[in-house]
Formats: sequence, structure tokens, C-alpha cells
Amino acid sequence: MDTQDPQNPQHDLPQDPPPSDARPVLEGPDIARVLTRIAHEIVERAKGADDVVLLGIPTRGVFLAQRLAAKLAEITDRKIPVGSLDITMYRDDLRMHPPRALARTEIPGDGIDGRLVVLVDDVLFSGRTIRAALDALNDIGRPRAVQLAVLVDRGHRELPIRADYVGKNLPTSLRETVKVQLAEEDGRDTVLLGAKRTAQQ
Amino acid sequence: MQRHLISAADLTRDDAVLILDTAEEMARVADRPIKKLPTLRGRTIVNLFFEDSTRTRISFEAAEKRLSADVINFTAKGSSVSKGESLKDTAQTLEAMGVDAVVIRHGASGAPYRLATSGWIDAAVINAGDGTHQHPTQALLDAFTMRRRLVGRDAGLGQDLSGRRITIVGDVLHSRVARSNVDLLHTLGAQVTLVAPPTLVPVGVHTWPCEVSYDLDSTLAKSDAVMMLRVQRERMNAAFFPTEREYSRRYGLDGLRMARMPEHAIVMHPGPMVRGMEITAEVADSDRCTVVEQVANGVSIRMAVLYLLLGGNEPAVTHTRTTEEK
Repeated sequence: MDTQDPQNPQHDLPQDPPPSDARPVLEGPDIARVLTRIAHEIVERAKGADDVVLLGIPTRGVFLAQRLAAKLAEITDRKIPVGSLDITMYRDDLRMHPPRALARTEIPGDGIDGRLVVLVDDVLFSGRTIRAALDALNDIGRPRAVQLAVLVDRGHRELPIRADYVGKNLPTSLRETVKVQLAEEDGRDTVLLGAKRTAQQ
Repeated sequence: MQRHLISAADLTRDDAVLILDTAEEMARVADRPIKKLPTLRGRTIVNLFFEDSTRTRISFEAAEKRLSADVINFTAKGSSVSKGESLKDTAQTLEAMGVDAVVIRHGASGAPYRLATSGWIDAAVINAGDGTHQHPTQALLDAFTMRRRLVGRDAGLGQDLSGRRITIVGDVLHSRVARSNVDLLHTLGAQVTLVAPPTLVPVGVHTWPCEVSYDLDSTLAKSDAVMMLRVQRERMNAAFFPTEREYSRRYGLDGLRMARMPEHAIVMHPGPMVRGMEITAEVADSDRCTVVEQVANGVSIRMAVLYLLLGGNEPAVTHTRTTEEK
């Protein structure tokens, strides 16, 4: 979410192709492996994941949340509620860009009151998306606790926010971009690290 | 770039579908315990109503408040307007107060367009009904209601109304709702038929993108939605038709006529309804009548329009009207 792409699948322009010099830092099997690890960590920390609700942040966070839910279901033998949380209306940079098309917010039927909500996103960067997500949660209910799971933490936080579950810590420079591609949306699973395009390119 | 919503004819198909899709997400906010979003925090919106319209005003007000905007309601009655202040002076007063958007209802066709293009004011202008000209948010909420009922709430996302047949019945001559609906429904790919007594059909209707019929019964069987327009009693004396009973017999929608409509077809009405004249109580209270839904959908549509025009540093909705046409 903190990568530079417009996240909406329905209305936004097609995403820029990744830069040609981008190199993969995580491939399909690695992604499956780190998600399995995160699922085990969730079960361990939540002592069985009895009250866990997974909320993905559109677009790719939702697919990651669904994959995590499937893995948790395998481990715990129970169905884990999974939903999506669009944070567009809560962004602090709304007035700096044209308004984005909204993505779907879908809260599982039993709500989030008193549950352990695990927010799921693809990339953790400035932390502003997560701040917006915490605000959005506030309007929807009162979870027992909120945790954060991300596939990649690329650093450069602008707010005091930390992920509870990290797929891969990826030290980056601000001149680099991190692009997550998932089979559901992009046809393949990979995390690409590339140089940021400048305006002239 | 245009950043106003003056006429339904200004919207492209993609813009209209974007507004409908955004409204679908806004409608979900209404199902929450806290029906509020912080999106327009710190923005000031004036509801500038030169004509009375409680429904439209409270619908806009609810939408503005759900998006956390600061709302100022201005009604012409008892204000300096009744003492002779001009639209220009009012606009300049609002400009001096730093207003971000003006929702205007005016008895004169073209007043919102004048406000938006004269340079008197920098705010976004949203037309909430001007004379017999346009009422774009009404057309959008009608299209939203049709899409939800005829295509489906989730299935409708990203879809338009291609191939749907819509019949609009009644006082087309005085109706900005009919004009706006013809424009928008045409853009969305629907086929529109206007049905009215010959005296209530406007001059030049042949240039509109729709068909015209004087016979309601022959159009009912092939309509996916029948929209009844309000017939104002005050126009009764103007000899547009012989008697109320005569009108009701030829153009009123009763249970018998409704039974001739296809099973999936819906009955719409912009309200307020005159029961017994354009619509019978039996039809108005049936499951197929969407009047109450239209009111709820109105808030979602207005939230979507306000978000798309004001939510960012420039509007997401572009318009087809070019500066040359001014």
C-alpha cells in the first residue's frame, strides 16, 4: 500500500510496469514460505487464534489476508474470518492528489468488537497507511487488540508504527521502489526491488 | 478543468459509472454504527437555496455531515436576497468567507452555470435543481436505484444500464428531473421513452436522445423501469389537460397497469407523490415502488459527488463540456 501504485483494481489507470532493472528479492515459493511462518507466529502469539479476524488493506493486502486465512485454517482446523479495509477516505494526503476511487471495505459478519484484528498489507513504508487503517477501525468497532502483518518492511517510517509479523525486512534507499506482485492480481508472485523512475525517464 | 456538477449531460459514461460505484461504497457507511468519514474535514460547504426544497436540502446536508464538512445553510427567504441582493453579491460574500463548495437550488434555469463560470466565486458549484433545466444528482440517484434493482448491488459495480428500457411519465415540460434523466440514462446506454399528454411535451423534444409516446399502455409491457413524474396541482388551471381525472385515467399508474409491466420492472417517483393522481396508493405501497430507497440512495450519491469533486486537490470527475461551449 505504501508503494507508489494507485491501488484500485476497478478504476485506476493500469499500473506502471516495474522498472526494467528491478530484481526479485522474494519469489513465489519464498512468499508461500513466509506466509506459512507468519500464520504459525499468529497462532503462537494469539494462543490458538480463537478470536482472530484478518483484515487486508486493498488491493494486495486483501489477497495476502485470504492466503493467511487459508493457512491459519489448515493449522487450527477452524475457519478464520477475513475481510478488507479500504483506508482511502482516512488518508492524510487526500488533499494532495485527485481523489482516488474507493476500494471495498468488507467486515466479517460478527464484526470486530472484542476480537484480535490482524491488519495485513503488502509493504510497510512510511506507516501512514496503517495510521489511516487504525482510524478507519475506530469507526467500525472496538477490537480487543490490533496487530500488523506485512509481507515486506522496507523501513523509512514517518510515524511510530511497527509491524508484529514481518515476512521480510528489506533495507532500502528512498531512491528505490518495492513492488509486490501477486498471482491473483498480477499473474505471478514476486517482490521486485528497483530504482525509482525520475520524471525525465 | 471543470470542477462543478451543473448538468447530467456534462458527465461522461466513465464518470457516471465512477460516481455510481463510489456511491455503492458510501452506502456501506450508512450500515455502520458510526456513519461518519473524516474525508472533508475542514471544508466548508454552503447550501444556497433560493427555492424551498426540504428533501434535497436535508439530503445534501446529511451527505455533507457524514463526510465531516462544515455546513452552512442559506435560504433566500428572510435573507438579504429578499431585500434585493443579487446572485453576484451573494456569491462574493460567500467567496469572502472562504467557502469550498456551493450547493445551489435556484428558480432560474442556468443560475448555477452562471455562478460556476462568471468568476465571482472560486468554489465548486453543484446544481441542486435550477428552474426547468437540470437536477443532476437526482438523475444520478435514479440511475443508482435502477442499477441496484435491475443489475444488482455487487453485480452492478463497473456496469452501466446498457439495453435497459426506461419509461418516464408525466409533466415532461416542466420537469428538470426528466431532462436530467434523459441525458444521463442515454449516456449510460439505456433507451428512454417519454410518455406525456401532447400539451406537456416540450418544444424541441425531437432533438433529445429519447423516444416520445402519448400512450402509456403501449409502453408498459416493454419497460424495465417506469418513472412517474410529479404533476403539480398549481398547473392544473393552466389548461394543460382537461381534468385531474382525465389525466389520472390516461397517465396515472394503478394496480392494473402495474400488472402489465414485466415481473422484474420497478416503479420510481422523485417525490413528493400525489397519491390518487399520478400514482395510486396500491402502487406507491407495493414492493416494486422504490420511492423510499431513492431517498436513501440520494444521500449516498451526494456523498459520492462531494467526495469526487472535493476530496482531493482536483476533482476526479471530468466533464465533456468544453470552454468553447460557454
